[in-house]
Amino acid sequence: MTKAANFSLSRRALGGLGLGLAATGTARAQDMAGKTIEWIIPFAVGGGSDVWARFHLPLLQKHMPGNPTVVIRNVTGGGSINGANQFAQRTRPDGLTILGTSGSTQFPYLMGDPRVRYDYRAWSVLMASPTGGVLYVRPELGVRGPTDLAKLQAAQGLKFGSQGPTSLDVVPALAFELMNLNVQIVFGMQGRGQGRLAFERGETPIDYQTSSAYTSQVLPLVREGKAVPLFSYGILNAAGDIVRDPNFPDLPTFPEFLKAATGQDPSGPAWEAYRTLFVAGFAAQKFVVVPRETPRAMQDLYRTAFTRIFADPEYKEKRGTVIGEYDEVVGEAAEKAYAAGTVISEATREWIKEWLLRRFNHRLG
Amino acid sequence: MLDALLMALTALASPERLGYMALGVLIGYAIGVLPALGGLAGLSLVMPFIYGLDQVSALAMLVGLVAVAATADTFSSILMGIPGSSASQATILDGFPMARRGEAARALSASFLASMIGGLIGAVILTGAVLIARPLILALGTAELFMLALLGLSMVGVLAGKSFAKGLIACGMGLALGMVGTAPATAEYRLDFGLIYLSDGLPLPVLVLAIFALPEIIDLARGGGTISRSADLGRGWITGMRDIMTHWWLVLRTSSIGSVLGAIPGLGGSVTDWIVYGHAIQTEKNGQFGKGDVRGVIAVEASNNAREGGALVPTLFFGIPSSGSMAVFLGGMTLLGIEAGPAMVGSRLDLTYAIIWSLAIANVMGTLLCFATSPLIARLTTVRFGLLAPFMMMVVCFGAFNNNRELADLLLLLGVGLLGLLMRRFGWPRPPFVVGFVLALPMETYLYQAVQFYGWDFLTRPGVMIIAALIVVFAWLGIRKRRLADTEEDGGSTDTGKRQPQAIFAVIPVVLFAAVFIDAMGKSFLGAVFPMMIAGAMLLISVPVLLRLNFGRVGGSLFHDAEANAKPEDGSFWAHLGWVIGLVGLSALVGFLLANTIFFLSFLRYAAGCTWRMTLFLTSIATIGLIMVAKLLTLDFPQGLLQYFFELPWPLR
Repeated sequence: MTKAANFSLSRRALGGLGLGLAATGTARAQDMAGKTIEWIIPFAVGGGSDVWARFHLPLLQKHMPGNPTVVIRNVTGGGSINGANQFAQRTRPDGLTILGTSGSTQFPYLMGDPRVRYDYRAWSVLMASPTGGVLYVRPELGVRGPTDLAKLQAAQGLKFGSQGPTSLDVVPALAFELMNLNVQIVFGMQGRGQGRLAFERGETPIDYQTSSAYTSQVLPLVREGKAVPLFSYGILNAAGDIVRDPNFPDLPTFPEFLKAATGQDPSGPAWEAYRTLFVAGFAAQKFVVVPRETPRAMQDLYRTAFTRIFADPEYKEKRGTVIGEYDEVVGEAAEKAYAAGTVISEATREWIKEWLLRRFNHRLG
Repeated sequence: MLDALLMALTALASPERLGYMALGVLIGYAIGVLPALGGLAGLSLVMPFIYGLDQVSALAMLVGLVAVAATADTFSSILMGIPGSSASQATILDGFPMARRGEAARALSASFLASMIGGLIGAVILTGAVLIARPLILALGTAELFMLALLGLSMVGVLAGKSFAKGLIACGMGLALGMVGTAPATAEYRLDFGLIYLSDGLPLPVLVLAIFALPEIIDLARGGGTISRSADLGRGWITGMRDIMTHWWLVLRTSSIGSVLGAIPGLGGSVTDWIVYGHAIQTEKNGQFGKGDVRGVIAVEASNNAREGGALVPTLFFGIPSSGSMAVFLGGMTLLGIEAGPAMVGSRLDLTYAIIWSLAIANVMGTLLCFATSPLIARLTTVRFGLLAPFMMMVVCFGAFNNNRELADLLLLLGVGLLGLLMRRFGWPRPPFVVGFVLALPMETYLYQAVQFYGWDFLTRPGVMIIAALIVVFAWLGIRKRRLADTEEDGGSTDTGKRQPQAIFAVIPVVLFAAVFIDAMGKSFLGAVFPMMIAGAMLLISVPVLLRLNFGRVGGSLFHDAEANAKPEDGSFWAHLGWVIGLVGLSALVGFLLANTIFFLSFLRYAAGCTWRMTLFLTSIATIGLIMVAKLLTLDFPQGLLQYFFELPWPLR
């Protein structure tokens, strides 16, 4: 980490020699007319994060003062580690380059992946975007709700298709742990879609989807009686509590489900691990960040722009398929989400490390 | 269903929507002509413009782009031997030899017609199958997918050429390189040497460009002259059309196969390509496949566009894109407020039909456009190669680094390109190498998952047994002496050459398999079992081959050296490799853009012997074109040491 930091400092110093004091001039950049903002997306074109950014792009151009040009640059590799590393090492704090992160950027950072060369503490958050997810099972299991947990615990041959031990799918794996389920986790799924396909083919009896995929792909199955939703992951409210997902108000949240089934609030290191990764992977899944040293006035331009975007009727009308009925946030709410989704205690990190080894024989780093 | 179909066609019939479709076709054409850019780049280009369009217009534009990109990429495959996209590689095997024979016109016309008819057949099949597509796809589990991957692998039998052992080893090398990266069962990194680039696995487009295009360019640059050995393009246009009429049954078969295989999620386009090509070799009589048999071109191109249609099935009905361009198409749909899923065969069936028939209509538009422009473009094959070579190098490099947009892409291009060059020289067939590479990951993933889900009983599933029977039938067809003619053999030379160079080369596969084996020993059981099995078996084959090449009697099908009777006036085998090494090496120093400019100046002046005036003119065209495309695609060129130490303004940065 320190080596990389040193390197980027020296590079920046060298760059500074070449370009003089151009960077400081932007401190009073109230008007962005004629400027080009580069929005780095560390994922491929057409993926979830890319579509999310492209959805915001024209609105950002519209609401930034001076209507600057915004371009999206997809820097892929290492499941977003590469793009985030490059941003951390190369970006000047002039507010003209912003980064969109996702759960797959947060996870390796939180788990201490040695390939990570970025530090969320060196960035300021401009906007935070939540999503959610729903866990569902096949009806043959005869499980309808929390009261049937014992049935689920006794079920033989529970299988779950996962994208990998350190992917977003570690969150449901931790949920299985907390529910004391005996689930055989099968890796190698490329994308949640393949996991759902395995469920639909009858290869796995338990699966989850993020909100938009659940609504469009699984809800029709639920209506046909081919899937039974058990709980949603829930969302974080302003106080930082997990509350019901506005997209699925009739479904209990996971903690609600656990409490109804076991009679007590979840606690312990597994719960801490679950909570941290749930926030980083779902409740505060996507962030827009700039380097911390970016002038405050510049940062606030973005915050104001995003606030205006969220009030734009066009945004409200079109956000459904991309974001779902979730409120993206700026300011204090974003700071809170950022803290909850990017900070992990040493004890929890150690527990996750040990659990991954014990549960999946997976060695981090 | 008929209502929905009628509604869709009425909606499409508006001039405005057809106009947007034509616009998509135009952009797709412009992008598709440039190799290795493909529909993916085109789709990201039009993304900003689809705002504010109504859903059908926007979809028509997106679809128009995808449709024509798969047709237009044939130009570079046939005329230059540069695979237009990683999903239409097999076209070059027969298309390029035809172009060299002076039959570019015939090859192009046959291929465009095949594309169009294939696309239309695909649309008809899809229209009929829409309602049963979902249950059909769900009937294919991981076990069946594994068997389909095996079916693809069985094509190695007919793709191996003269020496079956060499074909197997080439396939093994592909499998070995395909195992670089994350192990599907355990997420362990294999052979990554701690590099993020390698941990993602090697990018297929770079590999394909390297193994096929680079050796061809180097060879052509050395021989000089023009691509087409006869200056006259001939009146092949009519012949090409007649070819399609003669081989209508092949067109029908391969487009149906393309349509069905394209619809299966998780198999990948390149596999389809090789299965179809292998099928043509297995079933057509008196084939000269690999030496410019027009049926090779027809089979692959007919399946290409049908496959794009088939690929709509998992994309639209399951939200699972089966290719890069389908992923972008899906993203575009989301932005338009359309959600993929069961609704597309229910309440939004009209939209599904609109998309399917947009594809069909756009296909026809694209074909006409390609036909109209090809006499002009085909003239490229009569241009002195010295002038063409730097452009082709630039285009190949661009196609390569457009993947990860870093220097590593170029280094991989150079490394695998060198491997391809030597494989070509020593008669190691390259198609099995690519087949192995594209199938490594699906084979391992689906085998592991099938065993997890069904246990070893998966072998007794009816679907598995049906596909197994198909494999046996195909293998039997292949044994009847129908195989790829020796692609690597030039001009019918039978001289097997000196022993030493090829004996040294045979060390490379042995080292590669040993490396895979040793690397796997440090992994957990599930991460190690597949690479160990493959590498172990391959060592058993490759070590004897190495020994025979070193100590056995010279002669027979194993020995081959295309350099055995090389003309001394062509210069050294290695001479033109120097230019490629120079370009990549210079990129490492000063970044690609500057390196490419220097490369152009020096190649045109000294290798091609142009006047300074001509040199400067062509170099400026290349540099300006490069910058414009980069600007459109928002990409930075691969950086070198210069950029490491100094912050330069775009496009130099």
